[in-house]
Amino acid sequence: MKDFAALFTAIDQTTRTTAKTKALAGFFAEAEEADKLWTIALFSGRRPKRAVTTTQLREWAAEEAGVPLWLLEESYPIVGDLAETIALLLPPATRHDDAPLSYWINELRSLAALDIETRKARILDAWDRLDETERFLFNKLITGGFRIGVSQKLMTRALAQATGQQEAVLAHKLMGGWDPAETSYHALIEAEDPGADESRPYPFYLAYQLDDPPERLGAPEDWQAEWKWDGIRGQLILRGGSHHLWSRGEELITGRFPELARAVDFLPPGTVLDGEIVTWDGSQPMSFSTLQPRIGRKTVPKKLLKEAPVILLAYDLLEADGADLRDAPLRDRRARLDALLAGLPPDAPLRASPRITFDAWQTLADTRAAARDMRAEGVMLKRLDSPYLSGRKKGDWWKWKLDPLTVDAVMIYAQQGHGRRANLFTDFTFAVWNGNDLVPFTKAYSGLTDAEFTQITSWVRKNTLQRFGPVRQVRPEHVFEIAFEGIHASPRHKSGIALRFPRMSRWRQDKPVQEANTLDHLQQMLATYGT
Amino acid sequence: MANVLTFRPEGIYCPAGDFYIDPWRPVDRALITHGHSDHARPGHARYLATHAALPVMQHRLGEITAEGIGFGETRRIGAASVSFHPAGHLPGSAQIRVEVGGEVWVVSGDYKTTPDGLCEPFEPVRCHAFITECTFGLPVFKWRPQNEVAAEVNAWWAANAAAGRVSILGAYALGKAQRLLHMIDADIGPILTHGAVEATNAVLRRQGYPLPDTRHVAPDLNPKDYPGALVIAPPSALGASWARRFGTRSTGFASGWMRLRGVRRRRAADRGFVLSDHADWEGLHQAIRATGAEKIFATHGYTEIFARWLNSAGWDAEVVPTEFGGEEDEVVDSPGEQAPAS
Repeated sequence: MKDFAALFTAIDQTTRTTAKTKALAGFFAEAEEADKLWTIALFSGRRPKRAVTTTQLREWAAEEAGVPLWLLEESYPIVGDLAETIALLLPPATRHDDAPLSYWINELRSLAALDIETRKARILDAWDRLDETERFLFNKLITGGFRIGVSQKLMTRALAQATGQQEAVLAHKLMGGWDPAETSYHALIEAEDPGADESRPYPFYLAYQLDDPPERLGAPEDWQAEWKWDGIRGQLILRGGSHHLWSRGEELITGRFPELARAVDFLPPGTVLDGEIVTWDGSQPMSFSTLQPRIGRKTVPKKLLKEAPVILLAYDLLEADGADLRDAPLRDRRARLDALLAGLPPDAPLRASPRITFDAWQTLADTRAAARDMRAEGVMLKRLDSPYLSGRKKGDWWKWKLDPLTVDAVMIYAQQGHGRRANLFTDFTFAVWNGNDLVPFTKAYSGLTDAEFTQITSWVRKNTLQRFGPVRQVRPEHVFEIAFEGIHASPRHKSGIALRFPRMSRWRQDKPVQEANTLDHLQQMLATYGT
Repeated sequence: MANVLTFRPEGIYCPAGDFYIDPWRPVDRALITHGHSDHARPGHARYLATHAALPVMQHRLGEITAEGIGFGETRRIGAASVSFHPAGHLPGSAQIRVEVGGEVWVVSGDYKTTPDGLCEPFEPVRCHAFITECTFGLPVFKWRPQNEVAAEVNAWWAANAAAGRVSILGAYALGKAQRLLHMIDADIGPILTHGAVEATNAVLRRQGYPLPDTRHVAPDLNPKDYPGALVIAPPSALGASWARRFGTRSTGFASGWMRLRGVRRRRAADRGFVLSDHADWEGLHQAIRATGAEKIFATHGYTEIFARWLNSAGWDAEVVPTEFGGEEDEVVDSPGEQAPAS
């Protein structure tokens, strides 16, 4: 673990991407194969199967540290990370050894077969053999979410530097459902064509937000426009008679959307589509709130399938007849996609996402203004001669979203943040007027600058009316403009409404608290834009 | 238990002596534990502080009506006897002991229990009630010995010097900056200081506190004349244009908060050194035990959690209802805040 901890420390001590890449490339050049494989796995979101629950981990750590469990629980949100909280709490290790990363991962994997008392003994033993940084990493292996400032992209770049292979080739090799426990570094990275896994997706191409006026993009005829749907990005793979559906987060979500199983009846094997999964009422998408209950479920009850059926609105064709089309220009890929989907019956779970015709940017701007009526968030702009790249690359694909909806609201509760923001008040509850009462309707955490958070923190300390545990009720004095992407009715909330992606877009220091918006105003917005 | 001290909107108050301790609103008579701005505020009619703390206070607050007192010296104010005892937080910092009719209460101010070699070391004071800070009152806060942190800073500085980089270390102008100056190996290279740090250095040097030679980064100073230098500046100067003059540089920040990875990352400095002038979890307990107090009041920091813990561990503890803004040395520091002019 020493080498891996040294790698972590090197990465953690810099904010420069080049320095991180260099440290990681150095590790890939030196480490043994099992450690390299697991490092790739960890930085691409894979981890060993969880051997103990985080509840057990908390209890054992509190016991070892000699503090009551509640004190660990109180410390956790302030530290912001459970693995770190535990590493900081535990008494110093009494022993130390140099076992590598893969040894500790195998140790964790072996726990599954043991009874709980033995598992506990083995975890305590591990804690007693690792220093603070190593312990933190060991705990991270258990608690998951190995986010330490290294993206998969950065890891892939470092691997490219260390192996001399092309980044795009490596990115593709690392996609899909491989399991570090079942493969080897050689098979995954070094072998010529590693097994051609039928479910393996292509890396997604991601768009940048368009902040400049579209006129800067050049001639309208070089561009394709389509709706930017408010659904889940998905890649549908049809190979060898079966189908696989991947989310943008590289999660295999085939089972969650059984509607798409019928795609194999309509399309030939060797077809890969990129598109948006949306709930569909027969003629247009339904609101995102109807899709939400389906995202978390691995098996879908019949009632839900009926109430919120999904389809894939396809907008790109990445593979046809088993051939990789990504280097072909969009205009050709799109033509083949349209031809492929043209003859499908209306009840097929697949449709081509329509193109928006326009001859001038102003025409498109007018069309975009009506995006909410289409249940879209705005429009996508894609250069007609662009290949399908991987990752977020500037230049060829842009999302041109509608301006968010906004409401002016009064801050009434504040709570300290955690992690990066442990000593600042950053989590606020906002209210609107209902007669003389302030009715809470949303929380927001983001949107202010660090300087603004510092200013409001000092104000909160001096203007606390009452404390409810970590939550402080503050003097209703400050008005913030809250921006959000959608609004819907919600019986669970006191105000009767719920917002999508609320954030603080402006601190309205110019606005007296009496002039904040009312609940009536929100209800009108619900009637106009609600779903 | 008689209330030797009470809590008023202006601050901690002694009815028997009609004075306040570290008040946050202007009062007639203020006893001040130390010169940080969240303890020594402007606007009081009369100040009383240790002889060692006064010069910095006068430097920061300008013309004030102030009296000095020696450590351990007893003074009668009304029906109360007061004395000041070293708090080990920074040079001149004190705990304030107040005795009324045989009942003793102590206000800790800010303190650390481990000696740093520069300031007067912390002295436990027996009392019936102890009003303690708890800035780092969580069990995750544990400090390593100062010599280990010094070795880390030295190694970082030496490595930067060898690679042709300037090392810029962010530290609060009063206290942390001088502690760092005192603990590092001044033979590694030249030491430069931001104006805010150098002004405080000058005051403390005149008082006789031993600090290594430093050079003020005046507008006409050419950084190229000082290769491999260590620069000590307030945290807010690190991200400001002020720091750009040093060209290729590595930035570091020294604070107890650097113990938390999340805060370390928010600072966006290359290195975070875990170094605090406040007591850690163990230090707070040592101090509380040494007072023998039966009543504990928690202030400044994770007060609710700390008081709850003390109660569960057998003490009688409650939270001081305080009004206070950002604490100068440890709590809030904003990258957006302007650096004082150099």
